[in-house]
Amino acid sequence: MAEVTQLIHNYLRRDKKFPHVFCPGCGHGIVLGSLIRSVHALGIPKDDVVLVAGIGCSGRIPVYVDFNTVHAVHGRALTIATGIKMANPKLHVIVIMGDGDALSIGGNHFIHAARRNIGLSVLVLNNFIYGMTGGQCSSTTPQGDWSTTTPYGAMEKSFDLVELTSAAGANHVARGTTFHVKTLDKLMANTLTKPGFNFLEVLTPCHTQYGRKNKFKNPVEMYKWLKSTAMPLEAYNKLAPEKRGDRIPIGIFQSREETPLEVSYENLRKQLRGAKS
Amino acid sequence: MTAKRNTPKEIFALGAEAVVEGALLAGCSFYGGYPITPSSEIMEGMAARLPKTEKGVFIQMEDEIASMGTVIGASMAGRKAMTATSGPGFSLMQEFIGYACMTEVPLVIVNVMRGGPSTGLPTSPAQGDVQQARWGTHGDHSIIVLSATDVQDCLQMTVTAFNFAEKYRTPVILLLDEITAHTREKITLPAPNDIEIFSRLQPTMPPEWYKPFEETVRGVPPMPPLGAGYRFHYTGLTHDDHGFPTSKADEVASAISRQFRKIDQFFFDIQIVDEHQAEDCEILVVAFGCVARSAHLAVDQARELGIKAGLLNLKTLFPFPRGAVEKVIGNCKTILVPEMNMGQMSREVKRVNDGRCKVKTLNRIDGHIITPKQILDSLRKG
Amino acid sequence: MKPDKDIHRFEICLSGLGGQGVLTLGKIMGQALALGHGFNVAQTQSYGPEARGGASRTDLVISTLPISYPKTDKIDLLVALSQEACNKYFQLLKPGSILLVNTTLVKQVPTNQFLGLPFTEIAMDKLKLVQAMNTLVLGACTFLLPFARRAAMRKSLEDALPAKIVDINLKAFNMGYRDAQKAFGESPAIWAGLADSAPTAPSALVKAIKKKVPIKKKPAATKK
Repeated sequence: MAEVTQLIHNYLRRDKKFPHVFCPGCGHGIVLGSLIRSVHALGIPKDDVVLVAGIGCSGRIPVYVDFNTVHAVHGRALTIATGIKMANPKLHVIVIMGDGDALSIGGNHFIHAARRNIGLSVLVLNNFIYGMTGGQCSSTTPQGDWSTTTPYGAMEKSFDLVELTSAAGANHVARGTTFHVKTLDKLMANTLTKPGFNFLEVLTPCHTQYGRKNKFKNPVEMYKWLKSTAMPLEAYNKLAPEKRGDRIPIGIFQSREETPLEVSYENLRKQLRGAKS
Repeated sequence: MTAKRNTPKEIFALGAEAVVEGALLAGCSFYGGYPITPSSEIMEGMAARLPKTEKGVFIQMEDEIASMGTVIGASMAGRKAMTATSGPGFSLMQEFIGYACMTEVPLVIVNVMRGGPSTGLPTSPAQGDVQQARWGTHGDHSIIVLSATDVQDCLQMTVTAFNFAEKYRTPVILLLDEITAHTREKITLPAPNDIEIFSRLQPTMPPEWYKPFEETVRGVPPMPPLGAGYRFHYTGLTHDDHGFPTSKADEVASAISRQFRKIDQFFFDIQIVDEHQAEDCEILVVAFGCVARSAHLAVDQARELGIKAGLLNLKTLFPFPRGAVEKVIGNCKTILVPEMNMGQMSREVKRVNDGRCKVKTLNRIDGHIITPKQILDSLRKG
Repeated sequence: MKPDKDIHRFEICLSGLGGQGVLTLGKIMGQALALGHGFNVAQTQSYGPEARGGASRTDLVISTLPISYPKTDKIDLLVALSQEACNKYFQLLKPGSILLVNTTLVKQVPTNQFLGLPFTEIAMDKLKLVQAMNTLVLGACTFLLPFARRAAMRKSLEDALPAKIVDINLKAFNMGYRDAQKAFGESPAIWAGLADSAPTAPSALVKAIKKKVPIKKKPAATKK
């Protein structure tokens, strides 16, 4: 345990003031821990890592970490990340966004980034709510749930991010949770290494703004809910549809090897410049 | 494309094509954009030329907001980056323009002005985005806004835009109009050795000592690209010298003041104005863009008729060249401001004039250029 | 490259249907006059949203002095390649202006003072390529314009086109020039009819064309 703590400390910014802004019980720290462990295990140099984050609680993650970090405007992190990756494809560009940031205001950029298969590692920390701004409904808030802007229950259905991203054309699509940390670490390593648009949805609890308004007594209840609701994809597929109920599959849903955009563009450049004498 | 050209060359080109040439001469190696009339030719030119250069990158994005995101990201990664648009797209870009001001990211944004507001007149010229270029994004910010008069100017002012962006770590907006972008004229492509190109300063101290937003002796913090060994934080939140968010009163005041000082200290470099017969004029024309061209002839014709007219052709619109105006209004009784909008530049002139001279406006908002005759008629009326 | 004639604002309007190559014609003509002859040239265009059909128009201002106003104001030569264009733009003609029409498509000319050649027909019958029509027009205009030099125009045409289509276009250019020469005769004959029936005295341009001398206008003249 001390080793892990030491490891994490090697990756935190010395000159940034702590404590951090996250609530007790928030899952964002678990995601950050998994990210750091993966970067370390993969031996990626700190200088090669760029974290680009959206606006929201998840957007606050990068400032604490000793990488190249960019805190973008709301919904547009993928566009900045695209520019960085196209300008310098050698960098590992990791995008961290919340569900509202990525799929509501950022929805258009999200589907296009997936479609053009730009080489980004994209983490969407889905806590089913707009947490930072006080608990408004997002496009992943489950239908019927309470939020400050759906006091009578959310009327609209929510996105299935895995289906959406797969349909949009991403190379790799995966889902994990902040409870199933060992699985998360494996998925994270995948997300950081596979070429192309590499998407990982992480189900993470927000007790402060979502959980306690929707019948979860405390954060622990939310983690118990993740434990009992999420199940491995293989097992899920074997279940008869009528037995699936509210279960949510986790694992790797799509894995393709199509050429990432930045590689295609470099090839075009080589081809055009090689063709001239 | 083959051997490096080291002599000037004449071509017959659109204003849009001149922008492309200027950008490439200035070292632009990244373009992210979205099509919109009448700016699409700039994008198309960059799409064709960039992949033929050593490291040029072009990408068409899903909207103007995304375009701004990519050029900001590319500039953070060390590229000289540009995008081009027109009114409706320019409105969408405003949030990111403010972000680029706050994060002090060099950028060139070309706005080919067309009739507005809203969808307006996609294929007709106007000059209606002048105040928006200065204040379109929220909050107190400094910004540089330039203008081009003819096709040769499109090339020259694009080079200048990049130089200012790099020197002052700021987005620079270059305002053109639909006519200038779509007119073909003979221009000279300078030899690369014949133009001055400026690139952003790099830090010389070790990374541990580097503070990305610290005020330096030069007034502008050096800017290393992402991944070069200097790991720091960019954010749109108000931040301290390290780049970390702050809401402490003294740090906030200091940060914002420094951003203004960064530009204010260099008015002498940034404010470019062409004077024509203005030294002893009694009636001064203050104009910009294609209107300055008409004004040039009108002033000459007025002088032939014995009217002591003069012209200030504003190449820099903001920071507004107060000094240039004050220098020549000594003998003036009247200042005439012809513009293709309802009076956006005349507000600046009136502010600086401060009641000294009579300020006359000549506004045209019907999708056509103000002609030399219109200006001459106004000069003759006095 | 210095031009060998002095011109103060000679204005040309080329017009026709979208798809007839009007804009390309304007671009090549402008480039030839700017780079091949050394004039100052400003070429502008206007078009509707339709890519085919619809009106297409490009204007050229040619001058030995710097051009102050890039749009046309007083057309000296109007070329109308379609009936719609002719209907739409003929009112830009002033006394002393020349109107050149494509008689294959322009059946009703709203004035009896015009020059015409069946450009479309020539392109289809003699060149078997309707797209070469605009190059025929370039040849004809080169003949008409007193400051255009045939060799320089040819050279610029060659430089502007991809190798594959240079030959057919040079053929079209020469054909247009010769057909214009045959149809319109030598300079004095062209303008005789026009000058006599003009309501006012012939313009300086027309007189100069008749005499084939350089046109010199006072640069300080106030525009009417």
